[in-house]
Amino acid sequence: MHELSIAMSIVEAAQEEAERRGGLKVNAVHLRLGALSGVVKEALLFSYDMAAHDTPLQGSRLIVEDVPVRVFCPKCQAPRRLDSVQFFVCAQCGTPAGEILQGKELELSALEVDE
Amino acid sequence: MSEPRLVEIRRNVLRQNDFLARSLRERFRSAGVFVASLVSSPGSGKTALLEKILTLLQPRFRVAALVGDLATENDAMRLARSQAPVRQIITGTVCHLEAAMVENALNGWDLHPLDFLFIENVGNLVCPASYDLGESLRIVLMSVTEGEDKPLKYPTIFNSADVAVVTKTDLATVVEFNWDTAGKNIQSVRPGMDVFRVSAKTGEGMNAFLEFLASRLKESRQPANV
Repeated sequence: MHELSIAMSIVEAAQEEAERRGGLKVNAVHLRLGALSGVVKEALLFSYDMAAHDTPLQGSRLIVEDVPVRVFCPKCQAPRRLDSVQFFVCAQCGTPAGEILQGKELELSALEVDE
Repeated sequence: MSEPRLVEIRRNVLRQNDFLARSLRERFRSAGVFVASLVSSPGSGKTALLEKILTLLQPRFRVAALVGDLATENDAMRLARSQAPVRQIITGTVCHLEAAMVENALNGWDLHPLDFLFIENVGNLVCPASYDLGESLRIVLMSVTEGEDKPLKYPTIFNSADVAVVTKTDLATVVEFNWDTAGKNIQSVRPGMDVFRVSAKTGEGMNAFLEFLASRLKESRQPANV
């Protein structure tokens, strides 16, 4: 369980970005979370309130956008969405495809702030 | 009431760790030391394998190890029997190693005389997947006693690793380990992954794995193709 420490890093990063922009009041933090990030969404959401407690982000929400894995299929020569992280095969032709194009994201994408 | 507004950011949450890991990787490269990390669940035999690796590599190479553990120095004491320099990283409540812990543990350590540095992560198949330690090779272990479906249960860590080692092969028959199923499961989560079968106890399969490590060291020292 390392989601609490990840949540703390998110709060810290969001706080830094808000301060850098002249002290924005953050209502929500948007996060892009890849299926191969190694982070469990539910545990992260659960930890977020605790991490934000007693910081300027207390009371803000964490909004998670799930990012599916995309791989490059060597046979189709095209990017393909992966149906399951347990099966690295092209969804169209069934060829094993290990080259990951997307899905490891653990990225702060936006802050929702008061105007 | 004020209108909410979206400010676009784009910032990697683990930016600091990734930055540190990159600088460690550069430091390892310029010192000419090949760094490999070991990850597995608790009890898969990381320390036993590492003890064997350190002992068997020593006649030919200069080797050292960092070993992560939640609370004890037992692993470092075991590894010290190999006569190789070993440092323990006690993580306390933290369930994985981070680049900063590796950097701290290397404090004052001259890496130039070394050929290999091994980093044994905390026994955990979940959390270590997210943290780059600056290693050039990540080795994931699974023992035959854990069953063939470990890769399907923990696809992220198997996918983040470069090579898989199936350990405790001396017990494979007793536990009726199905090699075909295990191989298929590994290839399913990481197509093309090299798989080695070893028993640290009997030494079975160790030579092939050591030769693989030696070839990776050699490759890492060849000047990059321009």
